[in-house]
Amino acid sequence: MPSLNLLIQSAVSGILLGGLYGLIGLGLGLSWGFLGQINLAHFAFVFLSAYLCFEITNKTGLDPLVCFLILPPIFFLVGVGLHWLTRRFSISPLNSLLLTFGLTVIVEAVIQLIWTADFQKLQTVYGDKKVAIGGIYFPFVESLGFVIAFIVAWLIHIVMRHTDLGKAVRAIAQDPQMAAAYGIPQKKISLGMAGLCTALAGISGICIALIYSLNPSQMYSWIGVIFAVVMLGGLGNPFGPLIAGIVIGLSEAVAMVFVNPSWAPIVSFSLLIGLLLFRPGKL
Amino acid sequence: MSKLKEFFFTSFISMVIFGFSAWMVQAQPKPPIKIGSTLALTGPLSATGIVHKIVGEIAIEEINRKGGLLGRKIEWVLKDDQSKADVARTLYEQLITSDKVDLLMGPYATGAILSAMGVAQRYDKILIHHTFGIPNQAKYDKQFSTWSLGPHPDKTVPVTVFDALATVQNPPKTIAIVTSKFPSIYFMSVGAREVAKAKNLKEVLYLEWDFGNKDFGTIAARVKDAKPDMVWIGDIGTEGIQLLEAMRKIDYSPRIHTHIYPTPGLMAQSPEADGAIAISLFQEHPPFTANFGAADFVRIYHEKAQAAGLPYPLVDVQAATSYSAWQVLEAAVKATKSFDDATLAKWLKTNKVDTVSGKLRWDGEFNYGDDLMKIAQVQNRRWVMVYPKNLAAPGVKLQVK
Repeated sequence: MPSLNLLIQSAVSGILLGGLYGLIGLGLGLSWGFLGQINLAHFAFVFLSAYLCFEITNKTGLDPLVCFLILPPIFFLVGVGLHWLTRRFSISPLNSLLLTFGLTVIVEAVIQLIWTADFQKLQTVYGDKKVAIGGIYFPFVESLGFVIAFIVAWLIHIVMRHTDLGKAVRAIAQDPQMAAAYGIPQKKISLGMAGLCTALAGISGICIALIYSLNPSQMYSWIGVIFAVVMLGGLGNPFGPLIAGIVIGLSEAVAMVFVNPSWAPIVSFSLLIGLLLFRPGKL
Repeated sequence: MSKLKEFFFTSFISMVIFGFSAWMVQAQPKPPIKIGSTLALTGPLSATGIVHKIVGEIAIEEINRKGGLLGRKIEWVLKDDQSKADVARTLYEQLITSDKVDLLMGPYATGAILSAMGVAQRYDKILIHHTFGIPNQAKYDKQFSTWSLGPHPDKTVPVTVFDALATVQNPPKTIAIVTSKFPSIYFMSVGAREVAKAKNLKEVLYLEWDFGNKDFGTIAARVKDAKPDMVWIGDIGTEGIQLLEAMRKIDYSPRIHTHIYPTPGLMAQSPEADGAIAISLFQEHPPFTANFGAADFVRIYHEKAQAAGLPYPLVDVQAATSYSAWQVLEAAVKATKSFDDATLAKWLKTNKVDTVSGKLRWDGEFNYGDDLMKIAQVQNRRWVMVYPKNLAAPGVKLQVK
């Protein structure tokens, strides 16, 4: 039997990773749920942001946490621009999948051109920081990612549920024509929403840079689990991906304690298949 | 003009024209020799794929500078297999049938090489390759590897590792074996389990993870919980570094940790990786820098790798075996004065070739020769050879906590 300490430490590791899953899934889920856009380029923007954070920190000597102020606004504008283009050329949701996949490949190539295909690692003072409570360790950067994921999900939830802007966004998602008939500026709001989703990719990227080694092709290894998170959490629900991320991260980590780690991914996809079987109408 | 004079004059002019034509033909540059290969220029193996690309360019530049192969300049037809074995198979087929290359050079790494080997066999082409990790899968008689780890590395490589560790003051008595399921890595780790048992090392933990795993926190916690004297980390790319980082975050640092094929630069530069042990054929210090062509290669590689922005611009096992493959091809063509696949293969089966990795041969089982793998260690942010002692870097020895 594994020790209690091992079990709790693994659970902490899984919950913190789940927070990151949730943060990445949040932008993708909102884009899918409210804009009807399956934005595969979300993963490319996450990694582009990670590399920019790496570059800014290394070149300027700035604290990497400053990137939380610099990069999200830039990615907001990128998201607005991309959404303007897809609207301008009336690209259907299915074609948006192809378009954003193509964009992902291009961004990967650009990253590789600038930072090479070799692995890069952002060395920061935060990498070593951790808090120990009763023999259980809470690494600083993973914990920071979790807290950011929670705050972001909570803020979006507040805006969506308790402001006129949130109501307008939900109205557009439900019936764009009717919303427009009631004078809701559908175009402006959807542009803003696209910007927000891409800004979330920017925030996620900074967390990735703080936690992981970077390699351009790694973006693809996140796609499967994040899609599982988004589908489990529900489209367009701010807390859904976070909770789903925690469930998947926790179940994978606890499974790893009892069985070989290579079996862990089966957990997330089993959960997804179970959901598709028992809650097909809820997705 | 008399008939005789006319005859001599015509003959003279004809000879001049003939001689000039012959000289012109002689002076015409010979067509290039086309060598085809793929490399993992994108995808998860691209970090090492780029090393093989740089090395290939250096080798071709050097051979062409010396006049090419049998007077013909090399034209390298290089394609990106995206780190996918199935793509490599298609591209090698294309190289032979569509690009009409004269010779083949192997891709990186084991999976792609196995694919290329099947295509080479179908067209009866010689395949010289650099990084094939499972010799017993190399069934084709015209394949030649410069990854010289002998026909049974799953046995011989762990023996070298454990023998090296037996020389330290307080040798390990317990072992945790944690490994990626990446084919050649897994093969080696499974072999390590058997060798460890034979060497009376008690296995306290055995774990496997899928290539691309992201959560190393739980694996780190399980290793810490098992309290092994040493950890055998069957890793490729950054997996080993991610595991060491996860260990550091729970305040654990293994006393001894060995790695299979880590990304050399990142491993050398990571503070938590100091003392990491890995297998290697070449490091940039004597006596290896005295190997055939090594000094020049090291110098040029530094320039090219720095220009390409590689974070670790030093020659290590990947770069050395890659360059060796081109040296082997050059040596075989020069010795046989031929580009014929069968002739080249026959010569390589019966001859040794001097390379930057040492003297290589292919007359053993699966066309493999000696296990030339040695033990290297990260010391002061740089890889140095530490075992066997006679090949260790000057003044350096294997260090464990």
